[in-house]
Amino acid sequence: MENHLALFRSMLRIRRVEEAIADRYTEQEMRCPMHLCIGQEAIAVGVCAALSENDVMFSNHRAHGHYLAKGGNMKAMIAELYGRSTGCCGGRGGSMHLIDLDVGFMGATPIVGGTVPLAVGAAWAASLKEEKRISVIFFGDGCFEEGVVHESLNFAALHRLPVIFVCENNRFSVYTRLDERQPNRPIYRIAEAHGLTAYVGDGNDVEEVLSIAQTAVVSARQGKGPQFIELGTYRWREHCGPDFDDNLGYRSVLEIENGLKNCPIAKFTTRLKQNNTLFQLEMERFEAEIYEEISDAFKFALSSAKPSAKDAGERVYA
Amino acid sequence: MPDLGKRDITYAQAIREGLDNAMDKNPRVIIIGEGVPDPKAIFNTTAGLREKFGTRRVFDMPLAENGLTGICIGAALSGMRPVMVHQRIDFALLAMDQLVNNAAKWYYMFDGKASVPMVVRVIVGRGWGQGPQHSQSLQAMFSLVPGLKVIMPTTAYDAKGMLISAIEDNNPVMFIEHRWLHQIKDNVPEEYYRVPLGQAKVLHEGDTVTVAAFSYMVVESLIAAKALMSIMGIAIEVLDMRSVRPLDVASVLFSVRKTGRLIVADTAFRTGGVAGELISQVVEQAFDALITNPVRIASPDHPTPTSHFMAERYYPSPQIIVDAVLDMLEVDKNSDIYRALCQSVLRDGPHDTPNRGFTGPF
Repeated sequence: MENHLALFRSMLRIRRVEEAIADRYTEQEMRCPMHLCIGQEAIAVGVCAALSENDVMFSNHRAHGHYLAKGGNMKAMIAELYGRSTGCCGGRGGSMHLIDLDVGFMGATPIVGGTVPLAVGAAWAASLKEEKRISVIFFGDGCFEEGVVHESLNFAALHRLPVIFVCENNRFSVYTRLDERQPNRPIYRIAEAHGLTAYVGDGNDVEEVLSIAQTAVVSARQGKGPQFIELGTYRWREHCGPDFDDNLGYRSVLEIENGLKNCPIAKFTTRLKQNNTLFQLEMERFEAEIYEEISDAFKFALSSAKPSAKDAGERVYA
Repeated sequence: MPDLGKRDITYAQAIREGLDNAMDKNPRVIIIGEGVPDPKAIFNTTAGLREKFGTRRVFDMPLAENGLTGICIGAALSGMRPVMVHQRIDFALLAMDQLVNNAAKWYYMFDGKASVPMVVRVIVGRGWGQGPQHSQSLQAMFSLVPGLKVIMPTTAYDAKGMLISAIEDNNPVMFIEHRWLHQIKDNVPEEYYRVPLGQAKVLHEGDTVTVAAFSYMVVESLIAAKALMSIMGIAIEVLDMRSVRPLDVASVLFSVRKTGRLIVADTAFRTGGVAGELISQVVEQAFDALITNPVRIASPDHPTPTSHFMAERYYPSPQIIVDAVLDMLEVDKNSDIYRALCQSVLRDGPHDTPNRGFTGPF
């Protein structure tokens, strides 16, 4: 029950952070591209709940949820969005470049597929150093089209590396549908053909995500080689930016309604209420705590020092 | 300075020894590349390493240059010191995304929280019909990326010392070898030693013309320098640039302030190259010191043809360097002594092999 509440709280926290960013984005003080993960929270939370602190993670342009679920510092993230010195990249990165090495969040970058081999490399290093940690990479269905992903799957399988590939399939690459980009065959079967153990599940069901992730984590730790998890989900808002962009007509009203109906947080709330796990009071407490944490993070960011243009040329070389 | 013994070994042997020494010294150094443990061992530069260090430190590689570059970056971020090898620099183009977007940027974009200590060895091919896709000299392409270091050692001594420095360096380093340097011998100490990255070195002193040369063009420039000195008594100053990024402009400026004349000899295409960059910087900073316009010596702006008949004039020869020097000094070339000079810089053997006795592999 404690675990269920933690899963719920973690999803709610990500949702509220993303909403707060969306609300404030129009002030034009967060001056960097913003890819919100509203609607996709269950994958980040379910996978991270199966990991230990020692495990490492890489992510992509839509990284806020992964970063927060892994335990990344919220203040440092919000400050980074505002381009402040206290940001996790000191203002050099922005929303698309998050890092928190203290919790094993190794880095997120926005070249599609760019971090997939890095996660394999981290697993390779762990294997060579005989460390027990595993490595996790989050990427989307679009990323699966990149050659570097298949190169990474091949090497991971060849050396039986402790890496978990998590494919968040929201069926869109920006505005382009999956069926315009890939033939009609399951993504996870391609991973199987590369020699990985593959799983497929509902990415909007946090318990299902957790259950699959736990199985995959155990297998990876036992030396059974790389694991591949394909999870279906739905992106609520525009590819990049704070708004709903359904006025553009690239997806049908029915599809959007179904997508929103499949809200991972609403679904889990209903289940918890049925099981009498979540009392109204606790939910209100979570909301209040999260509201305060987010307010503090924004206050911290906005009161933080601004980096100077004269330092822009520093840290090119180590 | 390391103790200089009396031992001469080839550039290829020096690289092999540098790898061996570095792997002995640091258990986190690993090496991976297509053919690293195979019988040809990357022109014998990796021979015996797998036998000595085992299959968990010496790897062959799937044909996946970009993916494996990313995997090496991930390993480097996780405490390893990978050395990658590509038998041709042309193959590294497949890895441009990982090199440019990740390796070069990681330290900067994450505010110095993590760096990518890795070395990518790449070999520039030449001769025996290597052709358009096996003989490009792409140092300029890599050197325009802040965050990468790009080095081109010429001598076996520097090859070993700079390889060790590159492996110890906390940044990604492109280590560019020219295939025609591999069999050239030099005095190389057996012990572990470093040669700093980013410093040019004067290999022939002179006061008339500065010739700043890169990689194999240093060899050609030295042939020109010796002939000019012995036959005409003209002393040119030959600098082995050794590094493309950082580019040691200061050493060139120092020499140009003495000679007043500059030739830059590069192994690459003429346009958009490092030669142009070096000349720009000298003109910007020492225009007053120049007696005459600087000159670029480089390969023509077209792909390398394969047929040895077509490739005959593709690579700049010592003759080209000699002529550029004499033109700059306004020396009359209608003389017997000039004809003797030309005779002395003629290549012994066919133009498409490094020397008469060389039979490959290329």
